[in-house]
Amino acid sequence: MIIHKTAAELAEAIAAGELTAEAVTRAFLDRIEAVDGRVHAFLHVDAEGALATARQVDADRAAGRALGPLAGVPVAVKDIVVTKGLPTTAASKILEGWIPPYDATIVARLKAAGMPILGKTNLDEFAMGSSTEYSAFGVTRNPWDLNRIPGGSGGGSAAAVAARMAPLAIGTDTGGSIRQPGAVTGTVGGKPTYGGTSRYGLIAFSSSLDTPGPVARTMLDAALLHEVIAGHDPRDSTSIPQPVPPVSAAARQGAEGDLTGVRLGMVREFGGDGAEPAVLAAYQAGVEALVKLGAEIVEVSCPHFEYALPAYYLIAPSECSSNLARFDSVRYGLRVGDDGSRSLEEVMSATREAGFGPEVKRRIILGTYALSSGYVDEYYGQAQKVRTLITRDFEAAFAKVDALISPTTPFAAFEFGARTSDPYQMYLADLYTIPSNLSGGPAVSVPVGLADGLPAGLQVMAPTMRDDVAYRVGAALESTQEPRLADQVPDVADKEL
Amino acid sequence: MTAISRDEVAHLAHLARLDVTEAELDRFAQQLDVILQSVQRIGEVAADDIPPTSHAVPLTNVYRADEPVPGLSREAALAGAPDVAEDRFRVPRILGEEE
Repeated sequence: MIIHKTAAELAEAIAAGELTAEAVTRAFLDRIEAVDGRVHAFLHVDAEGALATARQVDADRAAGRALGPLAGVPVAVKDIVVTKGLPTTAASKILEGWIPPYDATIVARLKAAGMPILGKTNLDEFAMGSSTEYSAFGVTRNPWDLNRIPGGSGGGSAAAVAARMAPLAIGTDTGGSIRQPGAVTGTVGGKPTYGGTSRYGLIAFSSSLDTPGPVARTMLDAALLHEVIAGHDPRDSTSIPQPVPPVSAAARQGAEGDLTGVRLGMVREFGGDGAEPAVLAAYQAGVEALVKLGAEIVEVSCPHFEYALPAYYLIAPSECSSNLARFDSVRYGLRVGDDGSRSLEEVMSATREAGFGPEVKRRIILGTYALSSGYVDEYYGQAQKVRTLITRDFEAAFAKVDALISPTTPFAAFEFGARTSDPYQMYLADLYTIPSNLSGGPAVSVPVGLADGLPAGLQVMAPTMRDDVAYRVGAALESTQEPRLADQVPDVADKEL
Repeated sequence: MTAISRDEVAHLAHLARLDVTEAELDRFAQQLDVILQSVQRIGEVAADDIPPTSHAVPLTNVYRADEPVPGLSREAALAGAPDVAEDRFRVPRILGEEE
């Protein structure tokens, strides 16, 4: 069945003429039609556009033109990445109905690669959250248990891939928004090196942290998508002008199941305080599997990692309060209360009040506080210094080991409403993922097993621009699982809400 | 001791142009207090002589070649605006009656 094939298998079948890109795209569109009423992974589906791209790929193949490695393989795109002519909302009322006039660089690269774009996926508003409960357009449900969250902010992309509505998806990761949804939906999530993938056309949340990356069912699929979207972009001044790390070759090497000579560090400070025992047990089983593959495991200390969460919740809201100032009711999006009696400032305040949800408002206020004169040195400035110390912790660790490993997130998918009343409890979901955002290094989450019937992930963190190391280790771990966790997802078509 | 008062939250919301309701002020003040108490631990780290990191990529002064490239057309740039008049963004009045 088409929807159960991996992206690599689909690409091969299309290139060999065994399947048409149109048939593949139709299969996923039919699946969306059949199950997204239950999951709600998509905010917008573009059947016509996806089929047009697919037909073009089929015509190119018939004409003997060269096809890219993922030509004809459909992809879903997180709705914070702008798509020319397709609605883009960032799951916020303030952008409801907005049609971008341009494509993000990574979207332009998907199109150039002949990848049909199925639609736009749900997220926490402006990517702020860990459960997709803060979407202004309704929650996304976890295909493993429809009463639980799919992670966030990229819950829509992860759920779409887990439920076989898309073989691949694009996410963005500012504090864990690709990796944590991957962990709790049993899918693979890759956060590339910051600067390795272009931010041009991402609706900015925290500019020094935001990183787009791949969501997939296997490490190889994630690597192939990574290679389509990565590489220098002159339109992003923080884009790294270096060759893309050889991640698909590394995933293939890892799949051979030999980690002899690879040294992996377990972070002592991620010793499990507050982590669920079942999640830790799944992680421990993964560590043992890595040892069996020949990896040498050593304990390393990263003493400043315990300050990563506080540093992040000062830096990210500060940058967000500045970035979201652009939603001023003038150039795009919502305008409220412009009845001729109100000033611009009054209309702006009314619009932002009506257009932003609670988490976005909290973070804007928090960031405004952390940047106010009198507090800026104590909060934002101090957080930036701690960011330096966390980066130095990574550098010291990578002098001893090839990569660091940890659980991806301290807890498996929780029930709706469990963490929304106390925002700090929600923030803890990103405890283990945030350090890589602060340092800019690459990290992947690979499914590691079930914790009381719910998926858990193992995170591999690698040095800057050594994304290939993370892919190799992740693929090796994946090779020990038969069947893979991503192939065991319960069929939501049969489930009751 | 509270880290932030309700009045401070109201002031910050005004600075950020958020017309928050009284009920939101109550809720945000309490929630932001919890968050700030939690992040205040950052002050424990001795970092006086540590240089700040604003960015993970050590690139500075990145410029493109000084050559004209096409941008958005006026029509495309205005297409998403809430209100347009005479090919421009139309905004509510900026100055008060007496100004």
